[in-house]
Amino acid sequence: MVELSNIIKVGIADMNTVQSPALIRTSGLGSCVGVIVYDQSKEIAGMAHVMLPDSSLSKTGQINHAKYADTAIKELVDRIVRDGASIRNLKAKIAGGSQMFQFSSGTDLMRIGPRNVEAVKKELLALRIPIVAEDVGGNSGRTIEFDPKTSLLSIRTVNKGTKVL
Amino acid sequence: MSYVDKINSVHLDILKEIGNIGAGHAATSLSTILDRKMNMIVPRVRILSINEMIELAGGPETVVASVFLRIEGEVQGNMFFILPLKQAAHFIEQMTGTEVFSFDNLPYPELALSALSELGNILSGSYLSSLSDFTKLSLFPSVPALCIDMVGATISSGLIELSQVSDFVIVIETAIGEAVESSTFINGHFFFLLDPDAYEVVFNSLGVPLHG
Repeated sequence: MVELSNIIKVGIADMNTVQSPALIRTSGLGSCVGVIVYDQSKEIAGMAHVMLPDSSLSKTGQINHAKYADTAIKELVDRIVRDGASIRNLKAKIAGGSQMFQFSSGTDLMRIGPRNVEAVKKELLALRIPIVAEDVGGNSGRTIEFDPKTSLLSIRTVNKGTKVL
Repeated sequence: MSYVDKINSVHLDILKEIGNIGAGHAATSLSTILDRKMNMIVPRVRILSINEMIELAGGPETVVASVFLRIEGEVQGNMFFILPLKQAAHFIEQMTGTEVFSFDNLPYPELALSALSELGNILSGSYLSSLSDFTKLSLFPSVPALCIDMVGATISSGLIELSQVSDFVIVIETAIGEAVESSTFINGHFFFLLDPDAYEVVFNSLGVPLHG
């Protein structure tokens, strides 16, 4: 992570794609889930920072595809296939879905982290993309960075340092 | 048409006044608790994307202490009271009589965390009760939730309700700080965000309905 290389940033409810030698990164995942879909042989990857489980929750006319698990993953796959990834080789890594605030009277929306994780897994299963690594749940924020060359995902939390999956 | 588009400059001025009254009362409370002179920074009201709001609060990876409350009652919304760690440690020292407190050592002492939550509770409580008087609406804050983590992680988790309705949020931002000679040393920021449906209720109650 120290060497100077090009890092593509992904904001909240945002997505982007990357080819080696660049890296892709998203900061401050809380209840949101970071999904990486990649083709190791082509060294191509895409990352989405998903905020909500299901686009049917949307109360706006126009949908930001990157915001919802169901729409984001489909679009991410489309984009990296367009960039040259082969759909049969796709694998996924996911991180996030924490519970940042503990309320005693937890409404359903306060359980959004676990629901996001479930929704992401369901969507990946439907597209038959295996999840090879995950770091989900807990109650810490995460910053994640993926290297399409090595397919390694490094995950930094405030109190537990950095780990690599 | 999004609720954001119906808000005109008169409405923005009213929201600014809400921030003014709320933070003014919160600054008074803080001044009483700490027995110091406090100032309030004149509020800003802005319409921002969630990513921009996170930048405003210090950037996604900055670690802060934040007290988060849900507002229930006749209108719903969210309130964040965000403190830089250094300032949070300073408040804990003053409130608990600890000589030196640092966030470097885990786990954090229960007493320190509860002092910080209580501070957030008192300040947001005085913010909201003055707002309730001004608008004649009854508002009930939830029990405050304290979180010491990255700005991006805390704010995005608090904005789940809002994010279902809009990609943009109306942020009423105020800061309070200690008065040191002629300048003000910022202690903490309030971010007050009403849920989209709540704007209509607030503006109706104040006799300036939304059009559109």
